[in-house]
Amino acid sequence: MINYFFLLLVIVMLGSAIAIIFIRNLLAAVIVVTVVSLVASILFIFIASPDVAITEATIGAALTTVIFVLALSRTKKKT
Amino acid sequence: MRRFFSLILIIGFGFYLVTVIGRIPFAATGEAKGSVGVQIVNDTVNDTGAANAVTSVVVLYRGFDTLGEVTVLFLAALGMSLLLKGTEEVKARVFDESFILKTGSYLLFPFIVLFGLYIIVHGHLTPGGGFPGGVVIATAFFIIVMTSEMVRLRENLVSILESLAGLTFIALGIAGLLGTKNSFLANFMGKGVFNTILSAGIIPFIYAAIGIKVGSELTGAVGSMFLSPFGKQEEAGE
Repeated sequence: MINYFFLLLVIVMLGSAIAIIFIRNLLAAVIVVTVVSLVASILFIFIASPDVAITEATIGAALTTVIFVLALSRTKKKT
Repeated sequence: MRRFFSLILIIGFGFYLVTVIGRIPFAATGEAKGSVGVQIVNDTVNDTGAANAVTSVVVLYRGFDTLGEVTVLFLAALGMSLLLKGTEEVKARVFDESFILKTGSYLLFPFIVLFGLYIIVHGHLTPGGGFPGGVVIATAFFIIVMTSEMVRLRENLVSILESLAGLTFIALGIAGLLGTKNSFLANFMGKGVFNTILSAGIIPFIYAAIGIKVGSELTGAVGSMFLSPFGKQEEAGE
C-alpha cells in the first residue's frame, strides 16, 4: 500500500518537473516548482529524514516561491 | 579547437571524479558499511547530550562548516541588498490590499513567529533548528510586508540584530577556544539533563544565534527586493 502511495508521489513530482519546461505562463511555472518542492519534502519524511523535510518545505516551497514571484512582478514581459 | 579542449577538460574532470569517488568507501556490505554514521548514532548522546543526532552533527561535529554556511548566506543576502537598494527613497504604493487579506495576515503573523521560535528552541530535541526556523520567521515578515502598506521594515534594526547574532556565534566559538577543551566551537558548557530545553551545552545558544541571524538576514534581503526602486513599478490602475 505504502509503495503505491510512494509511486503516486514520484509520478506527480516527475510530471510537474517535466511540465515546467512546457508551461508558457511564468507565474504558473513558479507554482509548479513549488509543487515539486512540496512532494520532495513529503518523500523526505518517508525516508526518515524529517530535518531535511522541514528545510525543503520552508526554503524550497516558501522562500524560493516568494523570491521568484517578486522577481517576476518586477520584470516586464518581452513583447 | 575550443571544442576539442573542452572535451579533454570534461574527460579529465570525469576521470578525476571517478577515481576519487571510487576510493570513498560507500560499501553496502562489509566492515566499511556506514561506519561513520553508526558511530555518530551510537556516541552522540554521550558525546554531546543532544537528543537529535542531526543537530549534534551540524553544530558540534562540523560546527566550523556551519559557520561557513552562515557566512555564505550572509554574503548572498548582502549582494542582494547591495544590487537592489537604490540611493533614492521609494514611494509607497498608492493602493492598499483588501481588508480581509490584511486582517488575515495580521492574525496569522504571531502564530507563524511562534512556530518559528518553537523550531529554533527545540532544535536539539526535535527535527528542525536554526536555519528552517529562521526562514519560517522571515516568512511571517514577508506576509506582513506584502499585504500591508502601513508596516515599514526598519532596516537598521534588522541589520543590527543580524550582526549581533553573528557576533554571538563567533564569541561562543572563541569561548570554547579559551576554555578547558581548547578548541574552536568546543562544547564548553555542561550537558545538562538529557531531553530538556537547556541541555546539550552550547547547541541551543548557537542555534538561537543562527535562527535570529537567518531570519533577520532574509527579512532584510527580501524586504530590499520589495522596496527596490529598480524594475517595473506597479501602477495604481493595474
